[in-house]
Amino acid sequence: MAVLFTPDYLTMLEGIPYPAMILNDRSRIQAMNRLMQAITGYAIENVRGVHGELVVRSNAGNTRGQNYNKVLQTGEPMSVTGDILNRFRRKIPTLYHISRIKDAQQSLGLLVIVEDTTGRASEGDAVENNYASQELIGHSPQMQKVFDMIPLMSQTDASVLITGETGTGKDKIAELIHAESSRARYPFIKVNCGALPTDLLESELFGHVKGAFTGATRNKQGMFKLADRGTLFLTEIGDMPLPLQVKLLSVLDDSKFIPVGGEQSVEVDVRIIAATHRPLREQVKRNEFREDLFYRLNVLHVHLPSLRERQSDIRYLLDHFLQKFNKALGKNIVGFTPLASQILSAYAFPGNVRELRNIVEYAVNVCKRKKISDQNLPPYIFDKQLIVSEMVTTEPESVPDSKAQVKAAVALEPAIGITDGSSGNGNESWGDIERQMIVDALLTNGGNRTTTSEQLGWGRMKLWRKMKKYGLL
Amino acid sequence: MRKLLMPIQGDYVAPRFDLATEVYVARFEDGKVIGEPKTIIMEKPSDEELCHMIIEEHISDVICGGIEEIHYNFLVWKKIVVKDGVIARWEDAFQLLLDGTLGQGDIVLDESDALGIL
Repeated sequence: MAVLFTPDYLTMLEGIPYPAMILNDRSRIQAMNRLMQAITGYAIENVRGVHGELVVRSNAGNTRGQNYNKVLQTGEPMSVTGDILNRFRRKIPTLYHISRIKDAQQSLGLLVIVEDTTGRASEGDAVENNYASQELIGHSPQMQKVFDMIPLMSQTDASVLITGETGTGKDKIAELIHAESSRARYPFIKVNCGALPTDLLESELFGHVKGAFTGATRNKQGMFKLADRGTLFLTEIGDMPLPLQVKLLSVLDDSKFIPVGGEQSVEVDVRIIAATHRPLREQVKRNEFREDLFYRLNVLHVHLPSLRERQSDIRYLLDHFLQKFNKALGKNIVGFTPLASQILSAYAFPGNVRELRNIVEYAVNVCKRKKISDQNLPPYIFDKQLIVSEMVTTEPESVPDSKAQVKAAVALEPAIGITDGSSGNGNESWGDIERQMIVDALLTNGGNRTTTSEQLGWGRMKLWRKMKKYGLL
Repeated sequence: MRKLLMPIQGDYVAPRFDLATEVYVARFEDGKVIGEPKTIIMEKPSDEELCHMIIEEHISDVICGGIEEIHYNFLVWKKIVVKDGVIARWEDAFQLLLDGTLGQGDIVLDESDALGIL
């Protein structure tokens, strides 16, 4: 009789194309495949022996490991939909499969497979609805341009560079590109390149081998390995130290790297999305960012406009966040008083959508009436005349529709006085900014309207209309 | 004086902030517990209500397991010290906080945890 082939279970686990783990009869983790480590954010070395539910934090009725116990007792496999909350504070919709297994000694255990259904959930949804669910709200032409690019960027594996001021939604765009891509069922890993010193960041990205440095007591897989077949989102790429930029460039070119202290190269298939609020081209000029890496990352580029550049969206965003926090806090606030609307319309929102959201959240919390008044707005927005100057959002020149550097000065208090109270007004101050923007762009381009309109991201007719409006003709 | 709120489940820090129905609240100062800690049983799990409770109770420190980014950011914005991603028996986690050695995302378990009740 032929000897039965009994494969090594760890190899088998790696062969499962979904996050998977094996638990013992007390629901303690024995093994996890790489995808499970990526989706949960925990390395197996750190969580071996820990109760599965403490690591794969699901809402699929598994409180106190009830599902695990049921499957262990009955032997009936179970599939439940729900979500998990990972170490990176991300909630991921999942299909949770639990089945009972036995080892050679007939001891019981569990095989748990967690299927990320993010991509599936978006299938069939209207694109706009899908974006809205990600809190990507914008009806302005600038945002529509961004939305139009997402499907294109999702269909390719080319590197994407996302630029935009802080709070404009760079992370959300990156997640959306991943979720809409064919890599959606594989990990989306985010690494903040500005948050760690060089050595730690290198180890975080590329992993290290045991003994590579003091304290490296075991092998550690880096984020590149964990993101294999998925997407690695490198945020604050402009803050990445130069020595690491060289290594990153080499990975992008060869799709392989050598972990810190290691000898053997590791091959990976990772799509890179990078983001920064810094003017990368300026950094290249100042030799703070490698030019070759810049071009390697800047294959596809998307620039997220600041709120000042898409003021028409402010009203939609205010309404959206008002509804959201009304629901969350059980309130029934119907809107904003005319004065509060004027103040918010005139405010420059240097923190962009994130700041707007926080302001609405604050206002909903403190508002005791039906409408949010100026009294309910955070005091800091009245502290002084907010001068937003030299808020530079420089884009790479290679992008055909790059927009202007915005040099704006917003005087908040005078704007409050002169607006007439109708919705969307506060345009007096925005008008001043826009007029100045046009003047600056015309000066830069020696009065050439074609290059000026290109620089401002407008058509020539729009520039002409604006110039006429502001008496510049 | 500082005031801690920690969602708990069985012997452990609750794996999820939004699903916790039991919270432990204690006052402490200079590494020592002040007064009698209390345990609050919530009617139903709700991350929004927990955030509300944290503000109402003037909590200064939160220890929790998984928490969504939006709630984490909210609490940090409210100047609350949040140690999230903690996997530990809740008593151990609190002791480490009192000692000033509890870190973000700490996993503090030993051999006996193979039998701990979740």
